[in-house]
Amino acid sequence: NEEGCKSKEAEIKRINKELANIRSKFKGDKALDGYSKKKYVCKLLFIFLLGHDIDFGHMEAVNLLSSNRYTEKQIGYLFISVLVNSNSELIRLINNAIKNDLASRNPTFMGLALHCIANVGSREMAEAFAGEIPKILVAGDTMDSVKQSAALCLLRLYRTSPDLVPMGDWTSRVVHLLNDQHLGVVTAATSLITTLAQKNPEEFKTSVSLAVSRLSRIVTSASTDLQDYTYYFVPAPWLSVKLLRLLQCYPPPEDPAVRGRLTECLETILNKAQEPPKSKKVQHSNAKNAVLFEAISLIIHHDSEPNLLVRACNQLGQFLQHRETNLRYLALESMCTLASSEFSHEAVKTHIETVINALKTERDVSVRQRAVDLLYAMCDRSNAQQIVAEMLNYLETADYSIREEIVLKVAILAEKYAVDYTWYVDTILNLIRIAGDYVSEEVWYRVIQIVINRDDVQGYAAKTVFEALQAPACHENLVKVGGYILGEFGNLIAGDPRSSPLIQFNLLHSKFHLCSVPTRALLLSTYIKFVNLFPEIKTTIQDVLRSDSQLKNADVELQQRAVEYLRLSTIASTDILATVLEEMPPFPERESSILAKLKKKKGPGTVTDLEEIKKERSSDMNGSFDSEVSSPLTNSAPPPASSGSLLVDVFSDSASAVAPLAPGSDDNFYLPAKTGLEKRIHPMNNFQFVCKNNGVLFENQLLQIGLKSEFRQNLGRMFIFYGNKTSTQFLNFTPTVICSDDFLNYILCLNLQTKPVDPTVDGGAQVQQVVNIECVSDFMEAPILNIQFRYGGTFQNLSVKLPITLNKFFQPTEMSSQDFFQRWKQLSNPKQEVQNIFKAKHPMDAEITKAKIIGFGSALLEEVDPNPANFVGAGIIHTKTTQIGCLLRLEPNLQAQMYRLTLRTSKEAVSQRLCELLSEQF
Amino acid sequence: GCLRQQPGKIHFILLFSRQGKLRLQKWYTTLPEKEKKKITREIVQIILARNQKTSSFVDWKDLKLVYKRYASLYFCCAIEDQDNELLTLEVVHRYVELLDRYFGNVCELDIIFNFEKAYFILDEFIMGGEVQETSKKSAVKAIEDSDMLQETVEEYMNKPAF
Repeated sequence: NEEGCKSKEAEIKRINKELANIRSKFKGDKALDGYSKKKYVCKLLFIFLLGHDIDFGHMEAVNLLSSNRYTEKQIGYLFISVLVNSNSELIRLINNAIKNDLASRNPTFMGLALHCIANVGSREMAEAFAGEIPKILVAGDTMDSVKQSAALCLLRLYRTSPDLVPMGDWTSRVVHLLNDQHLGVVTAATSLITTLAQKNPEEFKTSVSLAVSRLSRIVTSASTDLQDYTYYFVPAPWLSVKLLRLLQCYPPPEDPAVRGRLTECLETILNKAQEPPKSKKVQHSNAKNAVLFEAISLIIHHDSEPNLLVRACNQLGQFLQHRETNLRYLALESMCTLASSEFSHEAVKTHIETVINALKTERDVSVRQRAVDLLYAMCDRSNAQQIVAEMLNYLETADYSIREEIVLKVAILAEKYAVDYTWYVDTILNLIRIAGDYVSEEVWYRVIQIVINRDDVQGYAAKTVFEALQAPACHENLVKVGGYILGEFGNLIAGDPRSSPLIQFNLLHSKFHLCSVPTRALLLSTYIKFVNLFPEIKTTIQDVLRSDSQLKNADVELQQRAVEYLRLSTIASTDILATVLEEMPPFPERESSILAKLKKKKGPGTVTDLEEIKKERSSDMNGSFDSEVSSPLTNSAPPPASSGSLLVDVFSDSASAVAPLAPGSDDNFYLPAKTGLEKRIHPMNNFQFVCKNNGVLFENQLLQIGLKSEFRQNLGRMFIFYGNKTSTQFLNFTPTVICSDDFLNYILCLNLQTKPVDPTVDGGAQVQQVVNIECVSDFMEAPILNIQFRYGGTFQNLSVKLPITLNKFFQPTEMSSQDFFQRWKQLSNPKQEVQNIFKAKHPMDAEITKAKIIGFGSALLEEVDPNPANFVGAGIIHTKTTQIGCLLRLEPNLQAQMYRLTLRTSKEAVSQRLCELLSEQF
Repeated sequence: GCLRQQPGKIHFILLFSRQGKLRLQKWYTTLPEKEKKKITREIVQIILARNQKTSSFVDWKDLKLVYKRYASLYFCCAIEDQDNELLTLEVVHRYVELLDRYFGNVCELDIIFNFEKAYFILDEFIMGGEVQETSKKSAVKAIEDSDMLQETVEEYMNKPAF
């Protein structure tokens, strides 16, 4: 027996012996009888289910299908169901056997055949039987048990291949199965109808009134009426839940009679919850509450009966204190959706203390997670301070698995409901203090953006970060925020001798050597800003910049900054310094990128809907933050459709902050312009448009350039929006799209067409230009947008690379693991593969990485790479002349903070270019 | 992208022992064998690591695991996030009742040595991840009817001795 099998090895040995035995029986000269065949097929199945591979016996199993003996047929079908084989020859034989059994009119055989179809559920099965099963389902003489199987079998095929299940006369007859006498038939039919109704609501509309009357008969029945369909004194709980689920495919019934009847049902269900239990068994309460929770889901879905919503809320409130953990969990979860209804939002809020208590005392992390979700959902201006404080409290001890999410939630709530921005600044600094490692870029970028946009909080922010930096060990994110804010607003606290310029500088510089390269780069920018803010410490700063550790720093980025900043501080006049290093202009206001991140984390749907509803409500009740700070210019700017990391667009990571001063390297989308005005240090993100199509391409004090583009196959269209930020007209405004060095070559690869724009752009106005793009052949260089105009007597000339990159012409390709590796192998010529190993420039977050790969244009293939930490993608680059299949694989190494990216395409140059473009994204 | 939104249905059911040995697996979503093994390992680990006082629900990827222990066996169903958790617990219970009724006080060994019966009973109760027949009488009767059609298990098959 099993316990006798002391070791794994012994088991394997034993099994191999058995397999050899069975193989010899199957291969033997003597034909096996059905009995023996069944016996050995059953043994194989047993071995397979123990976890061993089986690569033979399929044929013998198929033979069993056509046996007339039930037991042999049954084992044959079980084997086929468990060990599906895509071998086409076998599928044909299997289908044949199934066909015979379906036609046999023997209900037991028909049942076996239907189960097999449902178990395999493949497209081939759907092709063969999707036309036949509806007939069996609605035929007058079909036995009830076969009807049940047929309904669910059809449902399975519909889920696999909806296109293969023809709608027709049978649909109306299926709806009438809701009236069937046999509750088992009704249960199965309800599942089928619900799924069909989700995709074809119009066609199944009549099911609503039938479902309501069926439900009504069940909930008003005495507990014994339904005999075997009563489960622990609860009448037909499965059917009730399915009917309630079906009704959630539709809005509240329009017919007042039906609607009234449904309301009665729901009230009855709520009433029953208050009655004493008919049994102490947990099965009784589970079944009863399962129906109750489903009824509450329907009430929330309809969101139209204030009375029912409030009753639902009270009921859930009782469950919040229930001794059963499961009920507390479900009540928290259900209340979350209730909080988004305007009718019940206030009622939900009354439970705040209980929920906070749950956060503190629940022993199960799943339950605490639900409590956090609910606090987030019930938050509004009236309780934001309390909720944020409690979440911060909880964060100190929260499970690592949910910390990042809590950080995002706190950051969003603090921003959304801030009346007083000093509170907002304090909250974010607290976040960094408590959970610095979990504070993502989006969060600390955002606090800086808000401080820059609100001059009433700048002095406070400077003072607060200055104080926070006093701590001997502070998180690097605090150094970043502190460095940035003091660089901009350190002057606001410099009057206080305790935070004089020199003290500020020394404080920051004391952290310098403990920080990573990007933070040091940011601090160097702070130092050059200090030269402008505080001329009195210029020489101290120059000394630091001049030191060997800076000027000869092994890191090219740091060295370049030190050299250029030192040079700038030496040669530039005070006026030029003041212009170049001027305070950052306000950022255009958009949807918070943190919110976008949370949505990405939680998946679409859950957060989105809630947020949309809450936003609408909060804009009436509270006035939203967004509208308060958005400047008139950005109101007229193009609405950014996607908001992956918009903050990063305009603010960017510090690594590229120096870009405008550096000679335009190949991967710079921003080229230095000829006049001094644009040379101000305005961070621009390299490669920022590779994975997205919309956003702000360029911005200085005069001009904002926004982009919106779409690509399909080898064609694209880009809308360029030029916004005049000044109150003065731009004259002779001439944007030109020019192609890079090798003009001829360029024309052959990329065909761009534009129309000139009106040469006069009024102050505050915006003009739009359309670029039609055709990718003729694969290309490397991005085209350049040159803009010339006159502004107040001076000639302006600037150039920006237009982010039209090869990957824009991707079409994603889904493929199976098998296909992927087959193609991967086919592209094994060394010239087809390009590989790059590089350091991570951003936090290594799997979700963000996935979004970037999808944004890059290829399909993200899940479950293909044997290592789940790796990312695999596939797509086709469409050009006019050819199509190039591309496979990619990204392997993160968290420990080393490195990535290895491999591209395989049929063309070396394409592999090379895609690899370059994508490497820069992580 | 194997685990798509399919409201209402159970994606898979796993039965495993307290030692982590898989006793029964039923998949209502088509997945490669390798993937099934990976998922099974992961889930067994998650469930065994949870202590007794916790809820019966665990978020897992975009699905929810609903599980319950009966004696030495864990029964675990993976359902859609918005699905009815409590009723899924009762799906498990009803299945245990059906096994009980057939085997007479079912134990782990019954499921090991009569695995095909455990599968047949499950098939009568659930099809394609949806409850087919909730009446205990009807489901058990179907199995018993089919038993009438066959010889006793011992007669035709010496179980492999594992």
